[in-house]
Amino acid sequence: MGERLLFFVLAIVAILSAGGVVFSRNPVRSALLLVLNFFTLALIYFTLSAQFIGALQVIVYAGAIMVLFLFVIMLLNLGSPDAVPPERDLKRPLAYLIGFGILATLVAQSLALMIQGTPQVSPDVGTARVIGLALFTQWAYPLLLMGALLTVGVIGSILLARRRVS
Amino acid sequence: MMLADFGWAIVRIAIMLGFLLGVLPLVIWLERRALAWFQNRVGPNRLGPFGLLQPMADAAKLFFKEEIVPANADRLIWALAPALSLFPALVAAATIPWGPNRLLTPVADVDIGLLYFLAMSSLAAYGVLLAGWSSNNKYSLLGGLRASAQVISYELGMGLALATAVLASGSFRMTTIVEMQAEPLWGVVPFLHHWLIFTPWGLVGGALFFICMLAETNRAPFDLPEAESELVAGYQTEYSSMKFAAFFMGEYIAILAICGIMTTCFLGGYLAPINFSPIQALGEQGGFWGVLATLTGALMPPFWFVLKLFGLFFSFLWIRATLLRLRYDQLMNLGWRFLIPVGLVNLALLTVYVIWGWLPSLIGYAVAIALYFATVGARKPERRTVALVPEAQPYQPKEV
Repeated sequence: MGERLLFFVLAIVAILSAGGVVFSRNPVRSALLLVLNFFTLALIYFTLSAQFIGALQVIVYAGAIMVLFLFVIMLLNLGSPDAVPPERDLKRPLAYLIGFGILATLVAQSLALMIQGTPQVSPDVGTARVIGLALFTQWAYPLLLMGALLTVGVIGSILLARRRVS
Repeated sequence: MMLADFGWAIVRIAIMLGFLLGVLPLVIWLERRALAWFQNRVGPNRLGPFGLLQPMADAAKLFFKEEIVPANADRLIWALAPALSLFPALVAAATIPWGPNRLLTPVADVDIGLLYFLAMSSLAAYGVLLAGWSSNNKYSLLGGLRASAQVISYELGMGLALATAVLASGSFRMTTIVEMQAEPLWGVVPFLHHWLIFTPWGLVGGALFFICMLAETNRAPFDLPEAESELVAGYQTEYSSMKFAAFFMGEYIAILAICGIMTTCFLGGYLAPINFSPIQALGEQGGFWGVLATLTGALMPPFWFVLKLFGLFFSFLWIRATLLRLRYDQLMNLGWRFLIPVGLVNLALLTVYVIWGWLPSLIGYAVAIALYFATVGARKPERRTVALVPEAQPYQPKEV
């Protein structure tokens, strides 16, 4: 009972903050609401006993990536987007299409789960040991590929950021 | 059963918060007196014995100060920032065990104890960053930007340093990390504890973590975010009254929490320097040995923990009184080009120990040190000049 109540509170906060990210006119507030969204998501992970993923969610997304976002927004001193007239091109309808497509997929999937009943997993599925074992045995090759992808990204960003020597 | 658990949780939280907040005036007094002593001054010595009541008087003064909100400040975020800097500091210590009694400590002995601390300390950047931005002051903004860049750069090195403790003990759980260190030193010396700092990887990891914790808490020589000579007071320039006090408290509580992590992961946590377990065995006979066993078993661990905590805090003061502030590019170079490579090599050699044992690992350390001196150490230090680039102007005043 308490767990379900907690879930609904967290879910409502997550949805409201996600809406706030989109509708806020101030980029700094948008970014802050996104931080709140990530944080509530992490708390939902905790209630699902996925503690390792919850902690990583806070460290990586809320702690590192969003600090960088805010850093850039503040460094460039971005004003409110009113100054920029909305562009009339394919981007907007395409964004709606993709967004609603993902939403529809998610709703369909979760509805199916609701009807069938959610599968039960062992309570230690979220511990670091279980995730580490899975990552480094069953999913070792995808993990290595992800590592290569990230390395390529890092090298590319260094190339972009390097000062042209004339 | 449920109610009893809940009650014990409340007791644990009350003890932790009570300690953190209760020791705060003492810590601030110690900082001012010790700094004064280092600098050949007297320091606050008028109010109460040795000036111990001075922090109380300062708090009372701050309480009655007028609060000035800068013009064009973002009011909501401006008010939120001190809370965002105080909150992570207050909750970060929740997984640190300060004694062997699991009913009283730590607040939550979770499976991801160290990750929880890393998560909370990464959230601490927001308070400073937002305070700098919302104050509508270029000095504040520069302070906030510096703080966030610094925290991001040093978080990686800190993670690598803490990973040595995780790998050596095989768990993120703080109590397991301490229990690992309760074993005989190097597996052979029975009357000493196996503190991680006494192992090669622990020594390197502990040194890296010490540097990173100075940087994470924005203390000298990494106090660029509040460099008085350049930025007035950095991100907290525009804050007065209790909002300033919140930043001040947050800073010191964060220092205490991070010292607690260093104590737990590298300095043996609440363990005494000497292994008292023979006395524990004798204590079952009762009498004098029983009293001694109670003292060493139940009462002394918190004492050792607090002693180590204050020793580390004193080293913070010592460094603040001794070292000069780093330049910004030196700070970034140290973080990215020294701490992270050294941390990675250290972690690799620890892995060698975990898999193949002592000898290959020690040979690896010798090879690594020799390689360092043959390549990097043999180079003459290059002279660097800093060119100020015209486009490096972060603040553009709003056109009204």
